[in-house]
Parts: sequence; structure tokens; C-alpha cells
Amino acid sequence: MLITEPNLGNADDFYAALLRAHDGLSEDETHALNARLVLILANHIGDLETLDQALRIARGTQVEADATTS
Amino acid sequence: MKDEASAWTQRYERAFQLYPYARSADQDAKVPVRHPVVIVGGGPVGMALALDLGQRGVGVVVLDDHDGVGQGSRAICFAKRTLEICDRLGPGQKMVDKGEQWNLGRVFRGEDQIYEFNLLPEDGHRRPAFINLQQPYFEKFLVEEIRAAQAAGAPIDIRGCNRVLKTEAAADHVALEVDTPEGSYALQAEWLVACDGANSPIRDGMGLGFDGRVFEDNFLIADIRMQASFPTERRFWFDPPFNPGQTALMHKQPDDVWRLDFQLGWDIDRSAELNETRVRERVREMIGERDFDLVWTSIYTFRCCTMDQYVHGRVIFAGDSAHQVSPFGARGANGGMQDADNLGWKLAAVLTGGAPESLIASYQAERKHAGLENIKNSSRTADFLTPRSPAHALFRDAVLDMVQDHAFVRPMVNSGRLSAPAQYEGSPLSSADALPGGPDRTKPGSPCPDAPALSGYLLDHLTRATVLGIGTAVPEEVTLGAVRLKGLSIPADPMVSERYLGSAAAAVYLIRPDQHIAARWPQFDAAALAAAVDRMMGRAC
Ligand SMILES: Cc1cc2nc3c(=O)[nH]c(=O)nc-3n(C[C@H](O)[C@H](O)[C@H](O)COP(=O)(O)OP(=O)(O)OC[C@H]3O[C@@H](n4cnc5c(N)ncnc54)[C@H](O)[C@@H]3O)c2cc1C
Repeated sequence: MLITEPNLGNADDFYAALLRAHDGLSEDETHALNARLVLILANHIGDLETLDQALRIARGTQVEADATTS
Repeated sequence: MKDEASAWTQRYERAFQLYPYARSADQDAKVPVRHPVVIVGGGPVGMALALDLGQRGVGVVVLDDHDGVGQGSRAICFAKRTLEICDRLGPGQKMVDKGEQWNLGRVFRGEDQIYEFNLLPEDGHRRPAFINLQQPYFEKFLVEEIRAAQAAGAPIDIRGCNRVLKTEAAADHVALEVDTPEGSYALQAEWLVACDGANSPIRDGMGLGFDGRVFEDNFLIADIRMQASFPTERRFWFDPPFNPGQTALMHKQPDDVWRLDFQLGWDIDRSAELNETRVRERVREMIGERDFDLVWTSIYTFRCCTMDQYVHGRVIFAGDSAHQVSPFGARGANGGMQDADNLGWKLAAVLTGGAPESLIASYQAERKHAGLENIKNSSRTADFLTPRSPAHALFRDAVLDMVQDHAFVRPMVNSGRLSAPAQYEGSPLSSADALPGGPDRTKPGSPCPDAPALSGYLLDHLTRATVLGIGTAVPEEVTLGAVRLKGLSIPADPMVSERYLGSAAAAVYLIRPDQHIAARWPQFDAAALAAAVDRMMGRAC
């Protein structure tokens, strides 16, 4: 189950750390960092259902099912 | 006539002439002759099916529009399950003797190795996880086995330079028009199996769809012969210096032949890339200054497609005609061999054993499930190798950026998910699992894992429908109507226990003729067995 209630000990600290991590990066580098971050966090979460739920929220819609599995 | 026949065989160069055109008595028959089974296409799938049917005493005619195996390796990786099927049919040992075994795969990015995998075959199996063998050898060994079976009386008839022009379906047969160097003739089949490849003329002639995805990429294959002491392992590169921004593969085959595979991208000039000087230049950039011969070059693109239904009345599709995958993962010929394995005993049971046609419908259920699984895996590899958008490329690169330092991304690197046998989950032929504590890998629907048994290997003994008692005795022969089951009792040795008993003390398994598990119980129960056999033979569908 994805936690959708506030869950960060200190949201401001995290947000600041996130911005700091991107400081001084080009647009390409920023995208690459985000992609790595997604993979790192996804592995930590581990649960496919939770991740699916997160993907749907992030996309704002239903993510298209893997075309070949339908 | 001589010129006529040579016009037929010059369409493409062949590696081996195996079935030269010869006039059949059917061509002079006043009334079209009807055969129990006609197979269109003598590729690996058609030949394996013919051999299986012939060994079961079912009359089968194979029609192929050429007179032997085409030049060019195409498939080179053959999986354990395929070798096990070939053991049952006969030529397994020949294939393993000729083939190259490998276990190690190395993945590079640029010049650096980013990770390696070992297929780590489990102990206690007769066959290795994979061998590499050129497809023409694979087909030749099958045909040699057919010749041996024919000599022993198996009713198999291979007709080279016989091209099927037209089919017309009737309720209880299919009528065919077949062209030959000496003109066309009519033929009939109680069952027609279309093993006529990815561009299946039979499928097209029937107006049936073949849907899926085309992948916008080209790959150049160069099979080269060279003396090299590189180890027998699979090497795969992302973005190597000799093919920047693309992928490449190197894999050993028998006869000092190496498969080199270069990703080229979508917008290429095909004929320029196939130019021998250009190909040699590419090869030299990859392998450095050594002597080599070019054995075969080809550019391929691929698609992942499947038919909706594999069975249409008396016409059945098997192999590439029914489903096509990308070469990554070696699921094409290996998947097709499992089609043949699945279909042979069912057709034989319907034609000679009084089984209902619903048994054939289970071929659709089981093999479509397998086809979709193969397509899913091979599409995912293709998506990793050929990112379709900048976002896809971003994640692919993120994986590759981290893989050296972080073990957790290794499972995401996808340079091919190698063929594994299908588990027929939810098959209409399976009975509910009745073995408490039984391992998952041997639940009904699963292929039997091999294990040492009776001073050999278990699969050697599962050559027909079998009641297998493990740590408990079963009758030596069980006859239920037209079905004769072999009874086999084996001790619960450690590897057998681990694979078949789990926490159970003993078990009785019902094994199908294709070495898949139909049912299992803690002890022999004649009534339960009879019901499971009925189900296995399609009588409960
Ligand atoms: C580059 C490449 C690499 C591959 N590597 C692998 C691998 O490593 N492992 C793997 O498992 N698979 C691999 N494959 C896939 C494999 O080659 C195919 O899946 C396999 O050949 C399919 O066998 P088939 O018998 O279904 O069809 P085919 O081999 O295509 O045979 C069809 C036959 O039907 C005949 N035919 C067609 N029309 C007619 C007609 N009208 N009348 C009579 N005869 C007809 C043709 O002449 C042909 O002989 C690879 C494919 C490619 C292209």
C-alpha cells in the first residue's frame, strides 16, 4: 500500500536536499539523476503494487498496460 | 525437368540437400489421396512434429518448397528443454556432441565489463542449459533421425520441391493444391499443420491476422570463421568503441564459427551495410587484426506477433507461422519445438486413440499462453536494446550507469531473457494439485525437471504417458480404455525428493507424453487416476 499521508520526518529538509542534489547540473544531468533516483527508490520499495499505484498518481492517469501482456 | 527442378532450388543457397524432389505416386492418383496429417514446411518445427507423429505410427507427409536446409545459421542457441525433446525423439546426443556448451555471459559497456552472469545449471540434469549449434545442423540431425525412423517402418514421407499453392477447408479434411517441378497435384489431409514459417502463405491464404509490434531497428549478422582462443561465452556490448551508440553480440558456434551481431539503427542503407568491404571493416574493428572468413551475412529486422487462434478447424499453426519473436532470448525455434512436442501426442491420440477433438483445443490454450509469454519477454529485451523515446533511453542509461557499483540494478539489465519451458498454468488437461507440501516447480502443468534416477536420468524413462511412483510402488502397466500408461516406481533419492516431493513423504505423478505433469497425489488412487487420465485426454474439457 502506498503511503499517501504525510510521512517525511521533515519535509522541508528533504525538499532542500533534493534541490541541492540538482544544483549546478545541466538539464540532461538533472534528468539522469532523477532516473537513477527513481530506480533506487523503486528497489527500496520493492512491492510492485505499491509502485504501480505511485506510477498512476505520478502520471495523473492510468498508465497504459504493457501492450504485449494484454 | 532437370532445369525445372534447378529453378526451384536456386531461390536460395542451401547448406544441405536433404530431400531432393522425387515423384510421388500421389501425383498420378485419379482421386486425391487423403493422409492423416500433412505438414506444410520442413523447418525445425515441421520436421520435429513429423518425427514425433511417425514414431507414434501416424501417417504424415511433409511438404517443403525447397529440397534441403537453407544456408545461414539463423538460430544458434538451443535450450535444455529442446534437447530433452530431441532426446525423446532421438537426435539429442548428436546435437550435444556437435554443439558448443556455454554458461558464462559477459556484458560490457564501452570497453568495460559491467557485469557477468552464469547460467549455473542445476546439478542432476542430463542436458546443459544451452548449446550453440547452427540451425542447419539442427535440422539435418532431425532429418537423419526421420530417415532412420522410415527405415524402421515409420510412416513419414518428406516431399521436397512441393509448394502448397492453395488450401480449402472442409468439415473433416483439408484439400490442398501442391505445385512441383512436374506440375501441380491435389492432396487431402485429415489434419493440416502449417509449419510454414513467419511469412506463412497458409495463414495469408486463409486471410488470418498476425498482430503485434514491429521494432524499428536493424541488426547485421556476420558469421565468421576464425581461429581464436576466446572462451566459449556470450559477450554482449552496450555502446562499444567499434559500434558507438549501438549494441553488439559475440557468440561461439561449432566449426570455429563465431556469430557477430551488430545493432545498426533504423535509418540505414541496407545494401551499403551488406557490402562485403563494409562488413569486413566492421568485423575488423571488432576483432582486431586476425584472419577470418565470412561465412554468412544478413540484416534482419524483427517483429513480435502472434495469431489470435492457432487452431482453425482442421488447420493448426505451429512455430513461427503462429508466433514470431525477436531473436533475443532464443525463443523462436525453442518455442516452436515445444509447439511440436505439445501437438504430436494430441494429434496421435485424436487420430488413433479415440480422443475427442477438444484435446486439440488444449493445444491452443497451452501454446497461446506460451506464445504470449515468449513475446512478452522478447519485447521487453527489444525495448531495452532499442529505446523508443528519450525517456526510455534515460532509464536504460540510468541502469547502465549504476550497474557496476550497485548490485540491485543488475536484474534490470536486459540483453535477453533466455528461453525457458512453458508452465501450462490453468491448463484444461491438468487436475487440481492434490499433493500437500509438493514443490511449486512440479505442480500440474509444469514440465518435468530432470533428476538422476535408476542409474540414469528420469526423463529417459518418461517416453510415453506414465504413472510415476516416488517412494511408493505403482502398478507396472495401467490400461484405461484406449490409454495405456506405463508404471514406473523410483526411490525418493535426494534430488528427486527435492524436485518432486518437497515436504511430502511419497508421491504419485501422472505424466503426459510430452513430459508435462497432469496430476499428482500423495499415494496411488485408481479412481483419482482414472478421472485425471480422462481429463488429460481432453474428455473433461
Ligand atoms: C537471426 C536469427 C537468429 C535466431 N536465433 C535463434 C536462436 O538462437 N534460438 C532460437 O530458438 N531461435 C532463433 N531464431 C528463430 C528461428 O530461426 C525460427 O524460430 C525457426 O526457424 C522457426 O522454425 P519453423 O519451423 O517454425 O519455420 P521455418 O524455419 O521458417 O521453416 C518454414 C519452412 O516452410 C517452408 N515453406 C514456406 N512456405 C511453404 C509452402 N507454401 N509450401 C511448402 N513449404 C513452404 C519454408 O521453405 C521453410 O522450410 C533466430 C532467427 C533469426 C532470424
